[in-house]
Amino acid sequence: MILDSKTPSGPIGDKWDRRKFENKLVSPANRRKFQVIVVGTGLAGASAAASLGELGYPVKVFGIHESPRRAHSIAAQGGINAAKNYRNDGDSVYRLFYDTIKGGDYRAREANVYRLAQVSVNIIDQCVAQGVPFAREYGGLLDNRSFGGAQVSRTFYARGQTGQQLLLGAYQSMMRQVNAGTVTLHQRREMLDLVVVDGHARGIVCRNLVTGELESHEADAVLLCTGGYGTVFYLSTNAVNSNVTAAWRAHKRGAYFANPCFTQIHPTCIPVSGDHQSKLTLMSESLRNDGRVWVPKSQGDRRPPAQIPDADRDYYLERRYPAFGNLVPRDVASRAAKAVCDEGRGAGDSGLSVYLDFADAIKRNGEDTIKARYGNLFDMYARITDENPYQVPMRIYPAVHYTMGGLWVDYNLQSTVPGLFVLGEANFSDHGANRLGASALMQGLADGYFVAPYTVANYLGGTNLPPVKASHDAFGAAKADAQGRIDKVLQVKGTRTVREFHRAIGAICWDHVGMARTEAGLAGAISQIRTLREEFWLDVIVPGDANNLNPGLDYAGRVADYMEFAEVLALDALERRESCGGHFREESQTPDGEALRKDDEYSYVSAWEFKGVGAPPELHKEPLIFEEVHPTQRSYK
Amino acid sequence: MVVKLKVWRQAGPGQPGKLVDYVADKVHPDMSFLEMLDVVNEGLIRKGDDPIAFDSDCREGICGSCGVVIDGIPHGPDKGATTCQVHMRRFKNGDTITIEPFRARAFPVLKDLVVNRSAFDRIIAAGGYVSMNVGGAPDANSLPIAKAMADQAMDSAQCIGCGACVAACKNAAAHLFTSAKISHLGVLPQGEPERDRRVVRMVEQMDREGFGSCSNEGECEAVCPKKISISNIARMNRDFLRAIV
Repeated sequence: MILDSKTPSGPIGDKWDRRKFENKLVSPANRRKFQVIVVGTGLAGASAAASLGELGYPVKVFGIHESPRRAHSIAAQGGINAAKNYRNDGDSVYRLFYDTIKGGDYRAREANVYRLAQVSVNIIDQCVAQGVPFAREYGGLLDNRSFGGAQVSRTFYARGQTGQQLLLGAYQSMMRQVNAGTVTLHQRREMLDLVVVDGHARGIVCRNLVTGELESHEADAVLLCTGGYGTVFYLSTNAVNSNVTAAWRAHKRGAYFANPCFTQIHPTCIPVSGDHQSKLTLMSESLRNDGRVWVPKSQGDRRPPAQIPDADRDYYLERRYPAFGNLVPRDVASRAAKAVCDEGRGAGDSGLSVYLDFADAIKRNGEDTIKARYGNLFDMYARITDENPYQVPMRIYPAVHYTMGGLWVDYNLQSTVPGLFVLGEANFSDHGANRLGASALMQGLADGYFVAPYTVANYLGGTNLPPVKASHDAFGAAKADAQGRIDKVLQVKGTRTVREFHRAIGAICWDHVGMARTEAGLAGAISQIRTLREEFWLDVIVPGDANNLNPGLDYAGRVADYMEFAEVLALDALERRESCGGHFREESQTPDGEALRKDDEYSYVSAWEFKGVGAPPELHKEPLIFEEVHPTQRSYK
Repeated sequence: MVVKLKVWRQAGPGQPGKLVDYVADKVHPDMSFLEMLDVVNEGLIRKGDDPIAFDSDCREGICGSCGVVIDGIPHGPDKGATTCQVHMRRFKNGDTITIEPFRARAFPVLKDLVVNRSAFDRIIAAGGYVSMNVGGAPDANSLPIAKAMADQAMDSAQCIGCGACVAACKNAAAHLFTSAKISHLGVLPQGEPERDRRVVRMVEQMDREGFGSCSNEGECEAVCPKKISISNIARMNRDFLRAIV
């Protein structure tokens, strides 16, 4: 089946205006007749709930956390892009659009990306009006920094805690609606199923994580804002409770999963220190503005970095990519780091790290300036590694950070299940095969504040939705399914912990579906995943019961879903026999080791339809048509 | 290294709890405190025992989920750090470590080390925002804000809502948390129109939730992982007085 993206016709600059005009509206008095469910309270979820609440829709919000403010958007460090051109350095909506399409290695939908660039300017206005304390210059105007993959300074930031401040802005707006009575919060709830009635998303089944009770909630539209699936790799920069469960359960009810193999490995993370490691910590990409990345020129050079003279250092990013230098996009920087470590030139005891050196920047700008720019990041690094990065270069290594793939959505952010909308990292739409720095926050807020309010209204205003009650059979069936799964995992009473299984699936994914992927490796990974999944259901141990707070049980459900999801992740990587962005197939590279795209064969979105656990999913394609930007070999040289 | 643990175990809300002894062996100095607890839990699970319940998520000090009292100090011995940022190199081989939940009447224990801090959400809902709808914002640079003022707002806005300030206070007061939000919004021109209304509503909600009064002990500031200054409380008191007189 060829998927219809429902992109409006006309010139790219007019498409969104055209769609907004074509859209059905719901009059203010009628809005209170519709029930909207928002799952997830990160940037996308909180901003969508706030916006819909302000418009007068009754909104029920669900989140796994104790408080909506704990969603993982809170941890984003670096910044948020917007085409404000406040620096007079040649930025424009069109340039942000162009950079994002190119940065995504020509695997994103043009119209979505253009809209993202258009509304980026409104996001900054919105956030400043909310009181988000962005960094400012002495003149009182907003400051900007540059980020990887761009030659202009368009990134707005709040120290190294931009995600925190943007999320608190959205959270506070949402809490204002809680106070106003339009939004009701349902925290410590995990969505366990999407309820589909007559082909439309009509509610969810969720579990109260404190009492264990399964609850049914009916709705006229469901918005999934549940983030990415990076924790399938076990170690990642994601929060330890991030998971694919809500998206995966929706997938099993008919929402296609798009481009799961597009995963982002972030180049600047603190290296793994031992087997006990539960997560990896990102060092913001903004550090590459002032830090220089290098390794020793010769293999096995184990001298302390201070004793390695300049002549014996290889500043490999500056050497290979003179135009962008240390600011190449993430996928390029990560692969380059892996390459030098594979050559045996890596730093540290494990040889699995590279230096990020601030000595020159400190000499040039003074330690105080560097401290003002990155103080909290340096503190964080020192706390974790017990080393002082003002004196010794940081050691960094790539780690899983973000997932560009997600549930397939059309231009209206609607999935293949009518009435199910997917926002933020949980959808696939805007970043192609690689996301540029400071674009995730932009997308989450664009979807929530400025896109979904229009497209959800169009759906509600233009669809005949007969009333559905939580007593409907479909809710009962979904509840029974969820209960069956919980009972099953508790009854196994095996010998291996959930964490052991999570580590095992993570190792398979990192080794074979990580930074370098091969035909044989991926095929092998799929059979290993199947075996591991069988072992999980025979040998997992989950103590306790389902009638109270039992974090181990919640964790088991999430890892069980990864046992299924990992297979389509590997399959997608296997079937895409080209390299693009974060997806690097060793068989498809240029003579100098850059990703080699095959536009003739793979210029499409892969959208997988679920056909049963263990059964091969069916591939549907959405052809990518480039009317504005002509795909070329990406060059940052 | 090996450490001995005394951990608060409590089956559910309102039930009796007690300190239970555990031994954590194979502790690596580079482990984080929570990774040490992960390893202890792995051992408990393998024996079919109920693992120790604790909240944590980002594990890099920003989400505010984690928070236990380590040897009597909320978030433990490191200044300006959350529980997840404490590393085992901070302890010595053979140490005995006591681990308890954040205790306050307004933070009921749900299980073991997990408490319910939703009172904080209700304080924010009472007025911790700028009342503006999406769509009406002027250009972001139309209102210049002095850098010093923006920096001051950011200092207060850094609060992660972990509740350590409440746990450290002998009165279980939420003044540092509440005042940080009031200062963040109060020093910015965007927050000025609602300055009086906001402080009154948030302070009243704080009282309704059962938090105590401030008696200027300064314990809150001492344990705050984001080093939020106690001067925010002075500002809140001043604003409150201004608003009601």
